[in-house]
Amino acid sequence: MTISEIQEEIIDEFSMFDDWQERYQYMIDLGKSLPLIDSKYKTEDNIITGCQSKVWVHAEMKADKIEFTADSDAIITKGIIAILIRVFSNQHPKDIIEGNTEFIDAIGLKEHLSPTRANGLVSMIKKIKMYALAYQTQLN
Amino acid sequence: MINIAKIREDFPILNRKVNGKPLIYFDNAATSQTPQRVIDEIVNYYSNYNANIHRGVHTLSQEATDLYEAARLKIQKHFNAKHSYEVILTSGTTHGINLVANGFSTLLHKGDEVLVSALEHHSNIVPWQMLCERTGATLKVIPMNEHGELIMSTYEELLSEQTKLVFVNHISNALGTINPIKQMIDMAHKVGAAILIDGAQSCPHIKPDVQELDVDFYVTSAHKMCGPTGVGMLYGKEEWLNKLPPYQGGGEMIDQVTFAKTTYAGLPHKFEAGTPNICGGIAFGAAVDYMNAIGFDAIASYEHKLLNYATKQLLKIDGLKIYGTAKEKTSVISFNIEGIHPYDIGTILDKMGIAVRTGHHCAQPIMDFFKIPGTVRASFAFYNTKEEIDALVKGVETAKMMLS
Repeated sequence: MTISEIQEEIIDEFSMFDDWQERYQYMIDLGKSLPLIDSKYKTEDNIITGCQSKVWVHAEMKADKIEFTADSDAIITKGIIAILIRVFSNQHPKDIIEGNTEFIDAIGLKEHLSPTRANGLVSMIKKIKMYALAYQTQLN
Repeated sequence: MINIAKIREDFPILNRKVNGKPLIYFDNAATSQTPQRVIDEIVNYYSNYNANIHRGVHTLSQEATDLYEAARLKIQKHFNAKHSYEVILTSGTTHGINLVANGFSTLLHKGDEVLVSALEHHSNIVPWQMLCERTGATLKVIPMNEHGELIMSTYEELLSEQTKLVFVNHISNALGTINPIKQMIDMAHKVGAAILIDGAQSCPHIKPDVQELDVDFYVTSAHKMCGPTGVGMLYGKEEWLNKLPPYQGGGEMIDQVTFAKTTYAGLPHKFEAGTPNICGGIAFGAAVDYMNAIGFDAIASYEHKLLNYATKQLLKIDGLKIYGTAKEKTSVISFNIEGIHPYDIGTILDKMGIAVRTGHHCAQPIMDFFKIPGTVRASFAFYNTKEEIDALVKGVETAKMMLS
């Protein structure tokens, strides 16, 4: 599936919920399915700054696609990163760089997109795109 | 007695909704809300009196100067400073601490010691670390016990002839502990050390008497006690303020300027370079009036009831642990639920319109002591209610259910 197809799928899933509590509950559940980072990559270098909770993201190139793994010590943060990974993992670096994140608004998590938000969603997206950019440069 | 319904009418922000729910504001230790009387004062100043002060010969400037100086007198009276010129209007607590720390860099030498408490906010740690780096003085820490109380016997052992300065907060922002500052001030003076009390957290709850305390420096911020942000107070004993060199150079703080030499203005202007936060200073005065009209005894007794009620109700939640269980504490509850990150709880509470603080509260050494990443902190003010605490307890229970 392409990035925008996955985003559509997530929007569909979230549209079933009537209130914030159901949305958050679903996000928390998604966090539980997060592809966990190998503990050896839980290094200071892989910590995303700007979050009140700790978030680690690791990227590996498999064939011509990037596979992301991550973890966090906070459950909601884990849910947020799980959604991002579902969208951006196993994609070509170029598609990741070009992929937009407007779907976040559509699933009712817009408040997390503010750059001053302490959960660091913006920093997570930046980190994912930085990995993609680095791998894209290698490919070139 | 507190007439809670009437008091709540004074705060327009308490009528707003957050995420579709009525706002429940429990982040008072970060900043307090602003009553209409203070908001009116700000509007009145910019509508009728806005001018630069202390210099103009015109009427407007004179009137603005009179209002600003009248506010200084209100603040002087509130803290019972001996002289109005011992009240330096600053941009806030951090400014006041830095001003004193900078001044002491000319007075400290290698071999001197300065003591800081383990309960401090970063703003009352970092300036002193910088001071010690500049002067070669040594920074020593007064430790705390597991209740979040300072260990006074160790404090006594740490004090010596080498001790030149002690700095401690009146109330801990992270745990709510009320420190025995009168005793600490007397002990510091016995060895000839000066002492600075960070009153940022105490001023919303307690009316300190700086003469009775015999404190050398006392700092606070207006926004913690119903005033605006960007203004605060440094009280310093006249003899100490005269010993300290100016902090910033600029207009207002000079007597005569030639390119060969500048002589400085007297107190308080020596420490008030540049155009001050005139409106903020005047509004600070209005905030002091507002809080005194309610009365600090009534505030303290009401908040104590809120604290006891909230403590009792929160502790009924299985797995909830309160950090900071000092015998003397103010209306701050720092807590965690076993196995749940404070950030998660804060996020869920926010969705319910409940504002709490999560994280390390700019007091990382305290979090390190308890070996936790942070806490959820609910801090109550005199305009909060029992019903709001019930909503918090219910909110925490919901959060726990969702996050477990």
